[in-house]
Amino acid sequence: MNTTKFIGEQLLPGQIGYFLTILTLVASLLATFAFAKAFFSKELTVQSQWNKLAKIAFYIEAVSVFSCFIVLFYIISNHLFEYKYAYMHSDKNLPYQYLLSCFWEGQEGSFLLWSFWHCVLGLFVLARLKKWNNNINGVMMVLNFVQFCLATMVVGLFIFESKLGSSPFLLLREEMNWPILSRPDYLHLIKDGTGLNTLLQNYWMVIHPPILFLGFASTTIPFGFAVVGLIKKEHDWMDRCLPWATFSAGILGLGIMMGAAWAYESLTFGGYWAWDPVENASLVPWLTLVSAIHACIIYRKTGGSLKTTYLFFGISFLLVLYSTFLTRSGILGDTSVHAFTDLGMNAQLLGFLLIFVIPYFALFVVRIKSMITPQKEDEIKSREFWMLVGSLILFLSAVVIIAITSIPVFNKLFGTKIAPPEDAAFAHNQVQVFVAIIIGMLTAIGQFLKFKGTTGDYFKEKIKLPLLISLVASALVYIFVGVLYTEKGIGFTGALYVALFASIFTVVANLFYFISVQKGKLKSAGASIGHIGFGMVLVGILISSSNKTVLSWNTTGISPLRMESNKNPAGNPKENITLFEGIATDMGKYMVTYVKDTFDVLDKRFFELNFKEKGTNHEFLLYPDVLKNNKGMEGFSANPSSKHYWNKDIFVYVTSFQDHSKDDTTKFIPHQMAIGDSIFYSNGIIKLDKVLINPNPNRPAGSNELVLQLSITSKEGLKYQANPSIVLQGMNLQANLDTVKAQNIVLGFNKVVDQKNGVLEIGLKESASLTNLITLKVYEFPFINILWIGIIVMVFGFGIATMNRVKKLRAK
Amino acid sequence: MKKTHLVLLVLIAAAIVVLISYTGDLSSYETIGSAKQKEGKFVNLIVKMDKSVAFQYDPVKDPNLLQFNVQDSLGGKIAVVYHNTMPTDMEKSERLVLKGKVQGDHFECSAIVMKCPSKYKDNPNTMKEQPVTISN
Repeated sequence: MNTTKFIGEQLLPGQIGYFLTILTLVASLLATFAFAKAFFSKELTVQSQWNKLAKIAFYIEAVSVFSCFIVLFYIISNHLFEYKYAYMHSDKNLPYQYLLSCFWEGQEGSFLLWSFWHCVLGLFVLARLKKWNNNINGVMMVLNFVQFCLATMVVGLFIFESKLGSSPFLLLREEMNWPILSRPDYLHLIKDGTGLNTLLQNYWMVIHPPILFLGFASTTIPFGFAVVGLIKKEHDWMDRCLPWATFSAGILGLGIMMGAAWAYESLTFGGYWAWDPVENASLVPWLTLVSAIHACIIYRKTGGSLKTTYLFFGISFLLVLYSTFLTRSGILGDTSVHAFTDLGMNAQLLGFLLIFVIPYFALFVVRIKSMITPQKEDEIKSREFWMLVGSLILFLSAVVIIAITSIPVFNKLFGTKIAPPEDAAFAHNQVQVFVAIIIGMLTAIGQFLKFKGTTGDYFKEKIKLPLLISLVASALVYIFVGVLYTEKGIGFTGALYVALFASIFTVVANLFYFISVQKGKLKSAGASIGHIGFGMVLVGILISSSNKTVLSWNTTGISPLRMESNKNPAGNPKENITLFEGIATDMGKYMVTYVKDTFDVLDKRFFELNFKEKGTNHEFLLYPDVLKNNKGMEGFSANPSSKHYWNKDIFVYVTSFQDHSKDDTTKFIPHQMAIGDSIFYSNGIIKLDKVLINPNPNRPAGSNELVLQLSITSKEGLKYQANPSIVLQGMNLQANLDTVKAQNIVLGFNKVVDQKNGVLEIGLKESASLTNLITLKVYEFPFINILWIGIIVMVFGFGIATMNRVKKLRAK
Repeated sequence: MKKTHLVLLVLIAAAIVVLISYTGDLSSYETIGSAKQKEGKFVNLIVKMDKSVAFQYDPVKDPNLLQFNVQDSLGGKIAVVYHNTMPTDMEKSERLVLKGKVQGDHFECSAIVMKCPSKYKDNPNTMKEQPVTISN
């Protein structure tokens, strides 16, 4: 037994935390059981008794989760480094707003966050669905069972030698076997935590995880409805479910794209989306959820696609669990840059997934026969037919994405060694561009078709004008913006053109529908506005990605020799250019000068870059920065900076820079030379062209000046001039040095060695730390704002749809 | 047969075709030895830096040229040429995944994925050791 008394530890918060996690576990299990009892019983009195008990258990659970949240935040914000979570994820210098990011940097905190949202949603379900029948107990049963599973993830109990979950309230000394942790005064030796990963110190990381997890948590509600429907064989839940589903899709979409905005602003893969497994894993449930919403609408209007609705709502939630498994089990390892670390809970995570997948599909299969849909021939000229086609395509696109993302799982299962293709992003793009085309077209025309068949020339009449406008608008975009991306051949470029038309058509047709058919009434226009936003997102993605141009195209630092021999498999990634402090460098439209660097309180180093547009007086400053890495990592992480225009972004980030921590110890080396002589330096040749005597007529009276005219030619063929001089005034001799920063050399005129033969001595110093230099990449993303605005419009559309349905339900 | 079923079949067939055609693009993880056998074929190598040979990178001359040597767990060694900037902390990473092809005597690398001791999150195993910064 450990009987050492440790000094300065605050054990109470941890003990409270442990107690609360166990309380949550027990309360959620009890709530699940009680809600189930109420749900399955047929007698009203029994139902209400169990319901009362279940509610009490759920309230206790909710209070317990909220308190848990507060306790963990207390530990982090008070820097109680005796707790492993605080030590691993925070430090004392962290600005206050990032303390929240510490909370969800680790798996345990993010599970708590997820659980937190379930509690909030559960309270809403209880409040809103009061008047609904007994089936509300079924939804709450499912929600609480998910809660129970989440609670096991953070409880950190040992059961029969195996660990169940990982507690955020573990003490550092319980987890680590560092020698000092056995000392009573160890806490004095731990001065600071290892901090929050520098990449996560970004305001998007404060807001993106909560929104995303609200999105994840909210998929549980439609899933709960679907489970209830399957068990009871009653399909009247769709009306009540729809606002929850549209809310969920809106929030999840927003959360995903906030992650994209974070990637755009703080990661250096040069964009907002990289088809990274973690990104895919969160996108896929969104796609299936959108499919599910459309299938659900079809069922409500026509009674068709009932099975599809059940399947899609179920799969959306199950994919959230599958994503959780992918990103948290460490299975993605080599393929993703940002998965959580393996906490050794793989079996438990897999269990969490299977405990929902197997019963749901079993139940679904059992019930398939009882789901009767109208046996009539589908009407081609109907909205539901094309809506169903669209949602099937969206769903299959999700299947393709998740199949590709699951390659590491496949490798693990079958011991294969399959790796992603050479151009992994293109492998996705070449498929998804066709999805975008079809979905874009369907979203455009779908609105002008009516449920259960469109009669007469209604469709032709209505679609004429939007089609015409879209064709003209696309033609204008083709002419003035175009598609610059031709790397993958004519087929793909052609597809990009068609996709661009399809997405413009989506925006125009839905806008047209909103104005001419819905008469601009916002109330019922959730769908049109959502679709307009979706079309804008597609337009923004297509234009900004296919016309992304590299401004920092490196034409200076390449020697002709290497150009010839360079058969680079990756095409030409010479996108990095080196800038020397104070020297303007040509970058296409701009002359760019690296002005200086500044440090802020956190030791973040900002590089001030001056961009001056050629031919105009327009100039602006950008401040990309680098921050010293923490967590025992050497080196730095870079944050991009961008200049936003209404029609484009200039996006820049530093890829390497020189660290001036070392003193300059290099010395001048003397060289003797006469006019016409040349000497070598490490990167080229220096020639003495001329000696000018008193070239400056305004020199002080009585002084004499000797100025050397040196021409320097680097190996790359770049030419520079240097004019070191000596000035003799009376008995005073003053030497003026000259530097060629771009070549890291300093030249001085030391003395005249032999006046008759004109032999002079010059001093040459080569020093790597002479100048500050940075290497950077500069991109131009045209019209990226359409993407961001599109997201906002789309989320707004989902919001309107949700509100409208809630109002309709209330009116009933 | 209903039209929706027909559509469904067509779409599923399309999805299967897409997935099968995708498998044609897939590459594989190779050892240095087996990669040398497949000269010119795009492969993935899991290696670590060969510290006995210094890496060469000079952003002043060419920020887009990095040369270094690697070895794999079977002892195979190869020189690597990477036409891009040197990734931060590359020399610190315990494992590298290189994507590219063998060309002649060297490996033309098009992308480097690093596995650092703590890449994105803390690795609990390495954290078990007492950090040097904390000492008595």
